[in-house]
Amino acid sequence: MRYSGLKVITEGLFGNKGWGPAWRNPTPKAEYDAIIIGGGGHGLSTAYYLAKNHGLTNIAVLEKGYLGSGNIGRNTTIVRANYYMPGNSEFYSHSLKLWEGLEAELNYNVMHSQRGQLILAHSDGQRDTLARRGNAMINQGDDAELWTLDQVKDFAPYLDFAQTRFPIYGGLMHKRGGTARHDAVAWGYARGADRRGVDLIQNCEVTGIDIENGVVRGVQTTRGAIRAKKVGMVVAGRSSQVAAMAGMRLPIESHVLQAFVTEGLKPIIDSVISFGMGHFYISQSDKGGLVFGGDLDFYSSYAARGNLPMVEHVMEAAMTLMPMIGRAKVLRSWGGIMDMTPDGSPVIDKTHVEGLFVDAGWNYGGFKAAPASGWCMAHLMATGESHEVARRFRLDRFRSGHVIDEEATGSQHNLH
Amino acid sequence: MRIPCPLCGTRDRREFYYYGSEDYLKRPSDQGMVEDLDNHLFLRDNPAGVMRDVWYHEAGCGAWMVVTRNTISHEVLGSELVAKQKEA
Ligand SMILES: Cc1cc2nc3c(=O)[nH]c(=O)nc-3n(C[C@H](O)[C@H](O)[C@H](O)COP(=O)(O)OP(=O)(O)OC[C@H]3O[C@@H](n4cnc5c(N)ncnc54)[C@H](O)[C@@H]3O)c2cc1C
Ligand SMILES: [Zn+2]
Repeated sequence: MRYSGLKVITEGLFGNKGWGPAWRNPTPKAEYDAIIIGGGGHGLSTAYYLAKNHGLTNIAVLEKGYLGSGNIGRNTTIVRANYYMPGNSEFYSHSLKLWEGLEAELNYNVMHSQRGQLILAHSDGQRDTLARRGNAMINQGDDAELWTLDQVKDFAPYLDFAQTRFPIYGGLMHKRGGTARHDAVAWGYARGADRRGVDLIQNCEVTGIDIENGVVRGVQTTRGAIRAKKVGMVVAGRSSQVAAMAGMRLPIESHVLQAFVTEGLKPIIDSVISFGMGHFYISQSDKGGLVFGGDLDFYSSYAARGNLPMVEHVMEAAMTLMPMIGRAKVLRSWGGIMDMTPDGSPVIDKTHVEGLFVDAGWNYGGFKAAPASGWCMAHLMATGESHEVARRFRLDRFRSGHVIDEEATGSQHNLH
Repeated sequence: MRIPCPLCGTRDRREFYYYGSEDYLKRPSDQGMVEDLDNHLFLRDNPAGVMRDVWYHEAGCGAWMVVTRNTISHEVLGSELVAKQKEA
């Protein structure tokens, strides 16, 4: 069924009885050409592009819970292409272009809203770094504007410009940055993949990976064994556990990242604003809730909830940046399990097992990456070659020293 | 989550700096292969469940300790000074 404005109106007139489920609920077949482990944003987009770009339709996505139960439905939904490092720059640029056509592509309203992202500078040094980053973005073909203090004041008068601890010097505006509806991205890709014949199998946890003579043969699951010629591991926070089923250790530590939302308020923040001093970012959802977050809790965790010290830290950053937020009530907070790599950049690569591929290490920035990650992972699984915008996301880059340290904090665990 | 320091008792998590899996302490020899370093620096244990990890009581007594805790429930099961471990 195609969705359209007309369809909404006619359904409204006839009691909304004509809507069907957005995807089937198939029982797993005994064998597929390819299996994707993990029904998050990246797994679903991988399946979608395998079918769409490479004509592979005898494939399945195996999800241990329900589709979108992982980080894809837990993030703060910021979509941007303002990376500096070669490797990241071209990849996120490609991803943003896919975002810009995503709703037409999927015939699904993912509520992608290019409301602009403003990163604030609080010192001369920070402003210089933002200028350099802006130039890299422009060289990549994306947009960036270095804003003066007056421009920032005009745009976001509610920020605290009077304080002396973290004075605002200006900012970097990325107008094509913005937000999207996180669940809708999972649902849109799921529906698109299903319509192309992909089996989306929920409540199906992969418990083993079958390998014979260095070649992948299939997987063991809670719903039985399933054979496959190719298997992609796309499980974000659970990457270490799934890779261990193939005898691998990954350069990943799993950490918890929290997010917060307030009660619905009238429109006040009409863009994404990132505080340069406290790793704090905020936007307002279409429902009116202020959605914000900060740093990791900074200890290994598989609990999809965090501890109070980081809650306090995030609230402090919020109050420092925009004291008016103290009047809003926090409605909910939650956490997600982040697959952190030592340099903070992802991996899309083959493994030592033939036919087994890995897409992992999305850290706290993988929502915006979902389209390009699926695009490149599908390319890799279908052709055996890395896609040109994902060529640097190698699994062995830590050993070889070709790290992509976007934050310039060093390429060791616990630094990102 | 509060962290039990063997010297100071149970303290606020914010007093500690976190170093990750106790693999951190198992430094390969200088003569080792690049694979050993790769293993040591990057391919550390990342268990879902009981884990032993290194915490430094930075804003306290300055002791280094190995904490045993559960990464799924955040339950803290015990801690031991790194110095004591090295003696043993
Ligand atoms: C609080 C928070 C805020 C964030 N904010 C942003 C942001 O503003 N912008 C941004 O770009 N990114 C953000 N991120 C990061 C982003 O959400 C993730 O990087 C991204 O969603 C990870 O990829 P995914 O969607 O495929 O992961 P997931 O949705 O976690 O998908 C992985 C799936 O694998 C399944 N799985 C695991 N093990 C198995 C198994 N053995 N068998 C079968 N299935 C299995 C899981 O159930 C899960 O559904 C944020 C994350 C969090 C938690
Ligand atoms: Zn102490």
